[in-house]
Amino acid sequence: MRRIYVKEDVCIGCRLCEIYCIVQHSKSKNIIKAFRNEPRPLPGVLVEEKGPISFALQCRHCDDAPCVESCITGAMQRLEDGRIICDIERCVGCWTCIMVCPYGAIRRDQNRKVASKCDLCIGEDIPVCVKNCPNEALTYE
Amino acid sequence: MLSLCKGEFSVERDDDRCIRCLVCVRQCPSDVHKYDEEEDRIYSDESECVGCQRCATLCPTDAITIRYKPMEMKENANWKTYHLTNIYKQAETGGILLTGMGNDKPYPIYWDHILLNASQVTNPSIDPLREPMELRTYLGRKPDLLDIEDGDELILKTEISPQLKLELPVLFSAMSYGSISLNAVKSLERAATIAGTYYNTGEGGLHKDLHKYGKNTIVQCASGRFGVSPDYLNAGAAVEIKIGQGAKPGIGGHLPGEKVLEEISETRMIVEGTDALSPAPHHDIYSIEDLRQLIFALKETIAYEKPVGVKIAAVHNSAAISSGMARAGADFIALDGVRGGTGAAPLVTRDNVGIPIELALASIDQRLREEGIRNNASLIIAGGIRSSSDIIKAIALGADAVYIGTAALVALGCHLCQKCYTGKCAWGIATQDPYLTKRLNPEIGTRRLVNLLNAWSNEMKELIGGMGINAIESLRGNRLQLRGVGLTDTEYKILGILPAGE
Repeated sequence: MRRIYVKEDVCIGCRLCEIYCIVQHSKSKNIIKAFRNEPRPLPGVLVEEKGPISFALQCRHCDDAPCVESCITGAMQRLEDGRIICDIERCVGCWTCIMVCPYGAIRRDQNRKVASKCDLCIGEDIPVCVKNCPNEALTYE
Repeated sequence: MLSLCKGEFSVERDDDRCIRCLVCVRQCPSDVHKYDEEEDRIYSDESECVGCQRCATLCPTDAITIRYKPMEMKENANWKTYHLTNIYKQAETGGILLTGMGNDKPYPIYWDHILLNASQVTNPSIDPLREPMELRTYLGRKPDLLDIEDGDELILKTEISPQLKLELPVLFSAMSYGSISLNAVKSLERAATIAGTYYNTGEGGLHKDLHKYGKNTIVQCASGRFGVSPDYLNAGAAVEIKIGQGAKPGIGGHLPGEKVLEEISETRMIVEGTDALSPAPHHDIYSIEDLRQLIFALKETIAYEKPVGVKIAAVHNSAAISSGMARAGADFIALDGVRGGTGAAPLVTRDNVGIPIELALASIDQRLREEGIRNNASLIIAGGIRSSSDIIKAIALGADAVYIGTAALVALGCHLCQKCYTGKCAWGIATQDPYLTKRLNPEIGTRRLVNLLNAWSNEMKELIGGMGINAIESLRGNRLQLRGVGLTDTEYKILGILPAGE
């Protein structure tokens, strides 16, 4: 299964990955509308930064995913192609997945009270964070 | 003291487009953009803007326009804004004004007054897409004549001096590790390796990680001798003695101590945090005879296996000096014109010292030919080569190859804001700040440089093919392929070309 990898030595901390992730998961997929006129989804990728070091972190789509195993409603599930998604219709916001995730890659969507995470951009050949990184600090392989 | 200098740029933010993503805030190394959470608004302090265009380029909604907005003074043909603001700055600081990159004053650019020939009817032009074209270039001393033993097989009896083999007549200029980032050096090194040419270490030594890639490296030995050791000299494919630089003829380099971090101090073999000051002259070279001694001392060190060249800035008597260099044992002469770039130079020197490379090249090539020693040394010219047509014109004027520095940096993202000397390059090129150097991904840098060289190669083949020439060797010094427009009789005489129509 293809995964997103990060090259932290060339991550420039611009956070464009987060911005394009928000746009991709917005209602209109129009960058200006998504940020100004619509409820803004949480980005599935988060740039961690300390001093000059930064890198983008998103769900690793683990082979033995503790979030899937621990999910009490079956919202957190693995699709046939291997990616892990959260079915927000079934998520009850118990945050068990957040507690078991070894990477801290799942976040609380407080507005909808559901878990929010990277879905590797369903329908896209390459996730938008990878495609739009201006310094090729993210790869999909 | 109240500063009388205003910012040079205006920052225009289209509020209909700005999404407050704060990319501009994070990317500006001069802290121009600041986010006010209370008002959910980004304020821009224009006085700090250097016009590097980083924010405008990375803004995902194209909301930012940076416009050049110099102070508008009452019109005065003598006292330009340039002079006034310089005086204001000096009255405030009492110091020499520093700048970066090459001379930006409107001195004549002779490339733009020279036109190329093409074949029509009486001589066939060549289509580079259908027929082989040769850009390969050898740099180094060529023999006076070839001694060949005849027989069943021809045997070359003349010993050929060491040569540099280039797949195209373009090399990357000397830019030191220190003046530019390690990622920039790595991009140049990898691109030179892929394209079959050379990059030049400048006077900053060779980083330990790069010793193993020496076969595409020209190592420089400058007046400060930074990082020079037998290992260093032997690591490269050629050695270049740097006497002068086009941007600052007559003065040495200056790398401020703040930029001399651990790895640079190790590479340059100087104490961390100390200024790296190159003396203006080489204190062991006060004559051509002294230069000859250094050339041969270096040749001894590298066992006469690689060429040794000398780089000078193009100045009034460079033709006579070149004759001396060619006789002193230089295998190649690098000549840097008045528009040559730099990481840091006094503004007054950069803008007023030196001569245009076109005139220097023509007069040196002519002088060496007249003296019958043109084959003693190859001629590499530098300083303001902007395009493949500039290269073709340079070669027809008599150059063997060209160095590109600024053009290479522009390919890496440089926007010529001329603030290299501040060490805050927003594009990660002329900086050692770890937060900024990451911005130049050497993989992307390499790709961009290789693309540029490929594009220029293809264009050069088109141009020489149009003249009916299939090898760059046949164009070298072929000034009949050039015609001038809008020049004076004296300029035609120095350039050795005819006016268009003649």
